[in-house]
Amino acid sequence: MNQKGPRLGEPASLWRMRVIPIASVMFASALPLMLPLIANSPVLPPLGLLFFLCWQLLRSEMWPVWIGLPLGLWDDLFSGAPIGTAVGLWTLASIAIAYSSQRIYWRGFFHDWAIAALLVAIIQSLAALITHPQAEPGKVLALVLPQIIISALLVPLFMRLTGKFDNFRLKRR
Amino acid sequence: MVRPAHRRPGQSRKAQYGLFAAYVIAVTGAVAGLLLAILSVVDPIGFAQLRVASQEITAPIARVTRSVTGSLSGIDDTVGAYVGAGTQNRRLRKELADTRRQLVATSSLQEENRQLKALLKLQETDKTALANGYLLTSTSTSAKRIALLSIGRNLGVAAGQPVRGADGLIGRILSSGPSVSQVLLLTDVDNIVPVRRARDGLPALASGRGNGDLDVRTLNIANNPFKPGDILVTSGTGGLYPPNIPVAIVVRRQHDGALARPLADPGKVDAVAVLRPYTPDNIEAQGRPAPAPLPAPTGAP
Repeated sequence: MNQKGPRLGEPASLWRMRVIPIASVMFASALPLMLPLIANSPVLPPLGLLFFLCWQLLRSEMWPVWIGLPLGLWDDLFSGAPIGTAVGLWTLASIAIAYSSQRIYWRGFFHDWAIAALLVAIIQSLAALITHPQAEPGKVLALVLPQIIISALLVPLFMRLTGKFDNFRLKRR
Repeated sequence: MVRPAHRRPGQSRKAQYGLFAAYVIAVTGAVAGLLLAILSVVDPIGFAQLRVASQEITAPIARVTRSVTGSLSGIDDTVGAYVGAGTQNRRLRKELADTRRQLVATSSLQEENRQLKALLKLQETDKTALANGYLLTSTSTSAKRIALLSIGRNLGVAAGQPVRGADGLIGRILSSGPSVSQVLLLTDVDNIVPVRRARDGLPALASGRGNGDLDVRTLNIANNPFKPGDILVTSGTGGLYPPNIPVAIVVRRQHDGALARPLADPGKVDAVAVLRPYTPDNIEAQGRPAPAPLPAPTGAP
């Protein structure tokens, strides 16, 4: 047996299979702070959150249900929301996805889209309310509404991107 | 996607306990996370250091992207201008901004003059900057408006110092790291600035709306004296922002005050200056001859 190189058709390395999903979410979370963009309002969709949800909708059993704890903490460091917001909300979203994948037997594209859009809307609204507890809730929600609409429309794109990453993740040699 | 085949871990006790433990960890972690969030809303100082430390990681990349592409900022504004009336609109706004700057300078000078005459003994405050830098990047996915400034403790930047651009007030330093610091922008919902109308010194409070505009409220609610075009400058009340920095221009009246637009757009300013907080110590210190000059700002990318 040739130990030097990989054998033809061998599955991808375990390392690559584990790292790519986590790295994609972490990079997407930190990306807005690498761009020279000074925003006056929440203009970018929550990139890290969208990848996080798409990975879980695509591969339900890839991650344990507590994966939102470390990934959420990482996102909190960059998003500007109080630290702990995404830790809590992302983990609750994981639990919601795990529950929905038990209840909906044959989840289709539109199910995935609806679940992701709903979770993004809930998470971004709650995060904004936690960030500004003293402000009027109506104004705070109006602030994140455009972002929620953009994010909901972008979910299929992120599904596609996640799918591409997944193909690379599992590509046989 | 199809339903996963093996949702239940089967007869294996170990697998059952493993799944159960994962849920226990997730639920406790989520609850702890939300408690932590509430705690960090109440006490933002302790966690700010953690955050600014993590942003030291992305800052070098932001410096590079900024130097390569220039600033993408004001992207929403630019798109809005095209949708509205195209290039003409943009040109007119540029001219308007120039005029407005002159107007602000004149009206705040007038106000200063009036006060000097009235008091005959007003201490001229030193408006020289503590340090100069530029805004690298900002949070753009959350409801919080925090920008990253290219200088930190290495140039004497500390929490609580006001930041201004050429056109007007930008915000204040939230926390400073070794080489970068965070600026809470004027438009953040939590940023409240005591202002006064440049024309007659009518005191008011400006608070951010989070979407680029400001809410202005007078201290007496009985009448609504604002008119579109009123210029607001900092009043110096509260002891953080030095007086007479241009803040905003009133765009329209609202039922409980006015809607104003900041004069300095953080997305468009090139360099910003970090000032000393307007506290009694600093005002007295500025009366004396200045200590050794600070090193030249190294803000260039």
